[in-house]
Amino acid sequence: MIVLEKRPSPSAYWARMSPVLAVVLTMIAGGLMFAALGKDPVVAIRTIFWDPLFGEFAFYLRGQLLVKAGPLILIAIGLSLGFRAGIWNIGAEGQYIMGAICGAAVGLAFYPTESRLIFPAMLVAGIFGGWVWAMIPAILKTRFNTNEILVSLMLVYVAQTVLAMASTGFLRNPDGMGFPGSRSFSAYPAAQNPELIAGSGLHWGGVAALLTVLAAHVLLSRHILGFRIRLAGQAPRAARYAGVNPDRLVMLCLGLAGGLAGAAGLFEVTGPAGQISIDFNVGYGFTAIIVAFLGRRNPLGILLAGLLMALTYIGGEMAATNLNLPSAAIQAFQGMLLFFLLASDVLTNYRIRLTGKEAA
Amino acid sequence: MTDKLLEVEGITKAYPGVVANDGVGFAVAPGEVHALLGENGAGKSTLVKMIYGLVKPDSGQMRWKGQPYAPAEPRAARATGVGMVFQHFSLFEALTVAENVALGMEKPPAMRELAARIRVVSEQYGLPLDPARIVGDLSAGERQRVEIVRCLLQSPQLLIMDEPTSVLTPQEVEILFQTLRKLSAEGTAILYISHKLEEIRALCDSATILRRGKVVATCTPREVSAAQMAEMMVGATLTPPARHARQTGKVALGVSDLSIPSPNAFGTSLKGVSFTVAEGEVLGIAGVAGNGQDELFLALSGEVLTDPDRVRLKGHPVGDLGPEARRAAGLVAAPEERLGHAAAPDMSLVENALLSGAVRKRLTRHGFIDWARTRAFAAGIVEAFDVRTPGTHVAARALSGGNLQKFVVGREISQEAEVIVINQPTWGVDAAAAAAIRQAILDRADAGAAVVVISQDLDELLEIADSFAALTAGHMTRPRPVAGLTLDQIGLMMGGVHGMEAQHAD
Repeated sequence: MIVLEKRPSPSAYWARMSPVLAVVLTMIAGGLMFAALGKDPVVAIRTIFWDPLFGEFAFYLRGQLLVKAGPLILIAIGLSLGFRAGIWNIGAEGQYIMGAICGAAVGLAFYPTESRLIFPAMLVAGIFGGWVWAMIPAILKTRFNTNEILVSLMLVYVAQTVLAMASTGFLRNPDGMGFPGSRSFSAYPAAQNPELIAGSGLHWGGVAALLTVLAAHVLLSRHILGFRIRLAGQAPRAARYAGVNPDRLVMLCLGLAGGLAGAAGLFEVTGPAGQISIDFNVGYGFTAIIVAFLGRRNPLGILLAGLLMALTYIGGEMAATNLNLPSAAIQAFQGMLLFFLLASDVLTNYRIRLTGKEAA
Repeated sequence: MTDKLLEVEGITKAYPGVVANDGVGFAVAPGEVHALLGENGAGKSTLVKMIYGLVKPDSGQMRWKGQPYAPAEPRAARATGVGMVFQHFSLFEALTVAENVALGMEKPPAMRELAARIRVVSEQYGLPLDPARIVGDLSAGERQRVEIVRCLLQSPQLLIMDEPTSVLTPQEVEILFQTLRKLSAEGTAILYISHKLEEIRALCDSATILRRGKVVATCTPREVSAAQMAEMMVGATLTPPARHARQTGKVALGVSDLSIPSPNAFGTSLKGVSFTVAEGEVLGIAGVAGNGQDELFLALSGEVLTDPDRVRLKGHPVGDLGPEARRAAGLVAAPEERLGHAAAPDMSLVENALLSGAVRKRLTRHGFIDWARTRAFAAGIVEAFDVRTPGTHVAARALSGGNLQKFVVGREISQEAEVIVINQPTWGVDAAAAAAIRQAILDRADAGAAVVVISQDLDELLEIADSFAALTAGHMTRPRPVAGLTLDQIGLMMGGVHGMEAQHAD
């Protein structure tokens, strides 16, 4: 009989290894799924994990890696702080969209003025937009004890509606012959978020993501605020005893996550996306939740997890086009990663023992 | 053939990392009141759980009236004639007494008939109980009666009582003892688990003393002194804490007319609590759990905020300040519940030292944690309070209850605060560690700190407190000097008998 036995202390080894185990298990189960769909599992897995880095088109796809990983990491870092504290912001997608709209609106308002201050002003507006959108669930939670999971999630759909209004209405390109979508930022240098090193895929969003990883790492390991965030998530009563004000923590965690998601939205819309359009967002806000957990809610882990997730995105797209795999299969594959991760997490706190007889 | 009701021979039960019972044997005759005596962790509870069918022994055997007895589950034990009253009640607070009793029965009769039977049994044994009352409104003593009556309805031949008096006032203890003596006179054997020696001397015919899972002695309690039994139990000579006559100084902590609603649904609201504690004074607050102790603690620690003037620290109003600000102003507090309240279970001892020590021990600079200082602080606590641990890096939950309690109490005491509030300082701690904690409290009082000790253990309070007050149903009596207090007076302060009359008068 298989028995799960609680470990006296959490295992540091398995805390690190369970993501690796999850990736391996995902490859196996995903391979079986691809085989069931009539594709060669080895080719499918290689297309997803190997070809983007070392295959024929790697020179282009490697750059895409940073383009996709940047926003994922930026958003996931913000989310992970809340997840550490037991505050479940599921609406980063909405905060990301609102950040993009607010930042873009500020930039477009100055069109076609050229000034070095415009992009920083847009960034501030983007952060502000995401922050405001996250403050809605925060205030409702602290004032009326509403559930932040539901409120933040539902606000995603509101944000998507606002995005549709923006791209077809108040931010529509006046010179765009009536087509939906705003002016292109690639044609407006003051408001543009260009690639910093040609071919690298690195733009200001990637730089911001790296800085955020470092800042979050220092916050969690060296600062009393980070300690309190961890404490509040692990032992809420002990946190109150230590002097943590739960309401203030909710405001802080949701605000930080919203601000970072808003910044990610702004970097995306002014860089890779290039304009506000109905579908400029590609679900980074939701995928970042997986990234946050895959990275153990740990800043350095999130850095790696963001890169891995970006890889499955790019590889998944290649598999979809080259091997004719349905995109739903790719999404299922990515979802498996989270499931296997949560399952192998058990090993951090429990050990598996095989016993000959029935346990008493 | 044998005249014994239950015989236990060579029972061994091991859990990973610990042998709970090692070759334990004893016997109980019909009508005998048999004490199982030992410190926390000596293996008493494991032993009775095996008799009640909750745990299976690894080896050894039991006989019931000479026949082999190996209950597979509590139902089988009950069918044989074994009843057990647990230390922690398993009652639904939102249901009535009769409904709770019915839930514990295999085939409950109709409610009306059951209520009548509850009345008969409870009156027959001097345990007044109204079957129609909601359990949430009952005192701890009355809840215990529900559990006892639930057992008695099944006419057990052996009744196991696991630390029954830990929640009772002295008068309630006396009522319980009368009940138990009556049962014993009728031929019911009683297995009585406790570490309170005077009780055992008053009640029990024979005693089996356990230490670290082994039987170390048997005795007839009436023929030996409590001190002798204590030494058999601990395996060492105990020295009571040294007390010095102290000069008390200015008032350090003042609480005036403090009334707060309980944050919990079935908690007790505080009603007009007032007291002062002077420098160098130890105030002991007695009372059965659930009478407002937790609420009082939260209001003192700063986890529940009040009007500024309700709590004054060295004359300054602090009622509206949170825990951090109160620590900075000179008040530290150690909660009752170690895991989850006083300490974060999955965090290391170093992190747990930071938890409440950050302000007074200056463990942060501009918000950045000085881990070296924090590690030194944690190591200092481990050293000074003899916390048995492989190191300060281990998680709090890996420590035994007593060791973690030493760490938590030590963490507060070593912050050199002017006011120390401790809720249940030695709960679940072995005798030697309890003596060390009490000594540390007295040492701080000698150094001029004002100390508030909230405890259910009367002996402890009488040992260390200078003044004594009792908390009953959210009301607190005026503190009185301990010197000259009699046990009867204490009983009256604690609200007398928690009988139905007292409840109705409320």
